Amino acid sequence: MLKREKEQQNQPEKKKEIHNGEILFVTVVFSLLMVAVIWNIVDFMLHDKEEAINNSFNPRQELLASQNIRGSIYSKDGDVLAKTRILADGTEERYYPYQNLFSHVVGYSTKGKTGIEYSENMKLLTSHASISNKIQNELNAEKNIGDSVITTLDVSLQQVAYDALGVYSGAIVVTEPSTGKILAMVSKPDYDPNEIVLIWEDLVEDKSSTVLLNRATQGLYPPGSTFKIVTALEYYRQNDGDISGYGYSCNGHFSKDGSTIRCYHGQNHGDVGFVRSFAKSCNSSFANIGTSLDIAAFQKTCRELLFGSDLKLQLPYNQSQFRLLASDDTDLIMQTSIGQGKTQITPMHLNMITAAIANKGVCMTPYVVDSLESATGAVVKKNTPSEEATMMTEEEAAFMTELMTEVVLSGTASKLDGLSYTAAGKTGSAEFSADKNDSHAWFTGFAPAQDPKVCVTIIVESAGSGGDYAVPIAKRIFDHYFETNS
Amino acid sequence: MAHVISDLSKYVIVFFMALYTVLCLFGVRGNDEEDRDWIYGVQIACMFMVHFLGFAAICLETGDISYIIFYGFQQILLFATIALYRVIYPEISKLLINNICMLLTISFVILTRISYDKSIKQFFIVTASLIVGLFIPYLVKKLKFLKYLTWVYAAVGLLLLTVVAVLGAVTHGAKLSYSFGGYSFQPSEIVKILFVFFVAGMLKESKSFVQVVITTGIAAMHVLVLVLSTDLGSALIFFVTYLVMLYVATRKIYYLLAGLGAGGLAAYIAYHLFSHIQVRVVAWLDPWSHINDEGYQITQSLFAIGTGGWYGMGLYQGNPTAIPYVEQDFVFSAIAEEFGVIFAICMIVVCLSCFIAIMSIAMRIKEEFYRFIAVGLGMTYITQVFLTVGGGTRFIPLTGVTLPLVSYGGSSVLATIIMFCIVLGLYGVKEQEGIRNAKKRKRATKSAREEERDS
Repeated sequence: MLKREKEQQNQPEKKKEIHNGEILFVTVVFSLLMVAVIWNIVDFMLHDKEEAINNSFNPRQELLASQNIRGSIYSKDGDVLAKTRILADGTEERYYPYQNLFSHVVGYSTKGKTGIEYSENMKLLTSHASISNKIQNELNAEKNIGDSVITTLDVSLQQVAYDALGVYSGAIVVTEPSTGKILAMVSKPDYDPNEIVLIWEDLVEDKSSTVLLNRATQGLYPPGSTFKIVTALEYYRQNDGDISGYGYSCNGHFSKDGSTIRCYHGQNHGDVGFVRSFAKSCNSSFANIGTSLDIAAFQKTCRELLFGSDLKLQLPYNQSQFRLLASDDTDLIMQTSIGQGKTQITPMHLNMITAAIANKGVCMTPYVVDSLESATGAVVKKNTPSEEATMMTEEEAAFMTELMTEVVLSGTASKLDGLSYTAAGKTGSAEFSADKNDSHAWFTGFAPAQDPKVCVTIIVESAGSGGDYAVPIAKRIFDHYFETNS
Repeated sequence: MAHVISDLSKYVIVFFMALYTVLCLFGVRGNDEEDRDWIYGVQIACMFMVHFLGFAAICLETGDISYIIFYGFQQILLFATIALYRVIYPEISKLLINNICMLLTISFVILTRISYDKSIKQFFIVTASLIVGLFIPYLVKKLKFLKYLTWVYAAVGLLLLTVVAVLGAVTHGAKLSYSFGGYSFQPSEIVKILFVFFVAGMLKESKSFVQVVITTGIAAMHVLVLVLSTDLGSALIFFVTYLVMLYVATRKIYYLLAGLGAGGLAAYIAYHLFSHIQVRVVAWLDPWSHINDEGYQITQSLFAIGTGGWYGMGLYQGNPTAIPYVEQDFVFSAIAEEFGVIFAICMIVVCLSCFIAIMSIAMRIKEEFYRFIAVGLGMTYITQVFLTVGGGTRFIPLTGVTLPLVSYGGSSVLATIIMFCIVLGLYGVKEQEGIRNAKKRKRATKSAREEERDS
């Protein structure tokens, strides 16, 4: 009896069997879509948030500024580079004790923002002061103090570099190749950020003025002979590391397909091998080398060296450009090989390539912010060195170091020879106008050659040859560095 | 001092929201409703804390005590809702009721913070909707003729949409609403429900090819009218809902694939035809280069989310009103800014748990008509959540739809509450079927246990 009832009940269920596979499938698909939405938000928070919220279109910056006092910026040794002072009438004023010395790298925060004032804007405006401190401030009706930025900058090194550049326009970048720490960054002409409001009208009115440009990261220059680093690396790669067979007889110029390349001031270098061509910076020999290169491979190497790439650099910068096609004529190929042509580079980028050579081929991301601290001294965030790119193999880096050491021992940077340390580097005299006698003086290099501690890149605009005008500046910076860091 | 307290309270709010969300995940799985009563109780406590702390912060920050009265009325409404629905419909899904109230709680707090006037208006509509909604589960069970009005749904729905497209007021570029007496009525919200009923009615009758073609034709007309009235968000919701309902009803994957293909093609053609679609794609791909015009809304939204950070700026500490239409299309960003990203993500999970609850109800209904309706309503809901949250966070291009129950907008909240109440009614249908079985099962296990004990 009972059994039959049960069967009767089950029968209609059997007829109308429920198929839930489809609903289950749809539910899972749309749940996964929502998970993707959440993942996208988390990804934004982890990676793109910082850059996004620092945008000047974000109205929340003013909001934070009304709640918190902008934090201070310090050198690596704790010297104040920028701070906010409260005046007697209660208004806030940004004060830069070193005036012109750090104008571009530290930047300014009124009339727009640049430099660290720009890149760390939101951090400076955010307060991580302790709860008790915040309560105290609220009871006293005072604003909270924003977090401080501790930079990697060295005041005395910056001063030496600044003084060494003198009255010239140009830029100097000093970094630590093993970490990417920026120790000094000079750009001239400069300005006093304390007076930015006063001089603003003049600067904006004068369209040709480039005072506000941070030449170190934004100035695009023809690399001149410093580009022979890249050409030499490319030749080394294309000949599988065997350069012993190379020889060239220099009589002061090199001609091919109706175009002629001349050595600096028409100098005659005689019989040169590969190492000597580099040390003496023989244009004729390098034009000759250039015409033997596979252009597609050359382009690839330049991409690996981050020409035309975005950098992870936090400061405002411009991309370096390498423009050479296999279809280009011999003249452009030869010009490009000696660093003229259409190539443009920033001193910061050249410094990164040099630092990669000093650091066994690995380029560390240059950074200027070491850590963030709350107003009460607690560390909010500590930046650690990170790799930007592996630019070349360790073997290639060792070979380039050898070449660059020879430049100091017997080549164009001999003013650095015979010192307590062995430097390695490359000079350049970049022509930038039709007048062949007018050139930018370049030097990029590091020391000590065998155990690099510091990497320096210098450009002195319209000065003359790199060996005469940039190398002595490098010497003063190296000397100071090793005096204070021995 | 007030500032510090509200600054600290934001962490506590995040904690209670996270706790609520975790309990949601427990609530979704498993079958034994009674064992989970304590979970729902704790959820209600969490809800109360979020509401209380939110309004405490509002009072402290504004220094205006009169908000307490408003808070009191909201509190009464929320508890009355939970109590009445539970008493009148003891078999109802307690998780869904909790989720509806939690989302309304968040809505009350954030709308009060953004605009007091609008939040009061919203409060009245929510109250009216919940009262209307109270009858719906009963009606769904009793009104059997609802199954046979198939063509009425299509006719009324299409008429409403067409009239709006032709005559309707122009609100932000899209012709979306009728307005009278300070309230604007957006028919596409209500038509969504009619549309689901229409499709369910058609497909329960027959799944023959001819029937599918006819249904598809009518569905396409809905979508077309919406595209022509530039209401892309609704058009997408109708499209996705139809495809899924068709797939579930026919159980043929090639309908789904063909539909996706046709939809892709239509989207491609529409993209080249309509400049307002191109604008949205441009703003999605590269908002930063168009920050002053096309990309303005989305970049402002990203600023809000990013600046808010994981724990939020705290109520009144952010700047959500900088985002155009923040209380409607970008309420998610406002919540992320002031309550924090963790809280906002928890809210998405709550929405997702609503969807899963609706779909699991659908899975347990045997009668096709009700089953398809549950699937259809579940799909309109999750598609809308996906479009608005995905759009505001630059996962997909902006389509300008509201976040159900949370955004400001009378028609939206009315339609959503009706929709949820229909689902609750369906849950009742399912429970009636289920309870009989469960009781039997219980009796069986009981007697088995007794036998064991005896032996």
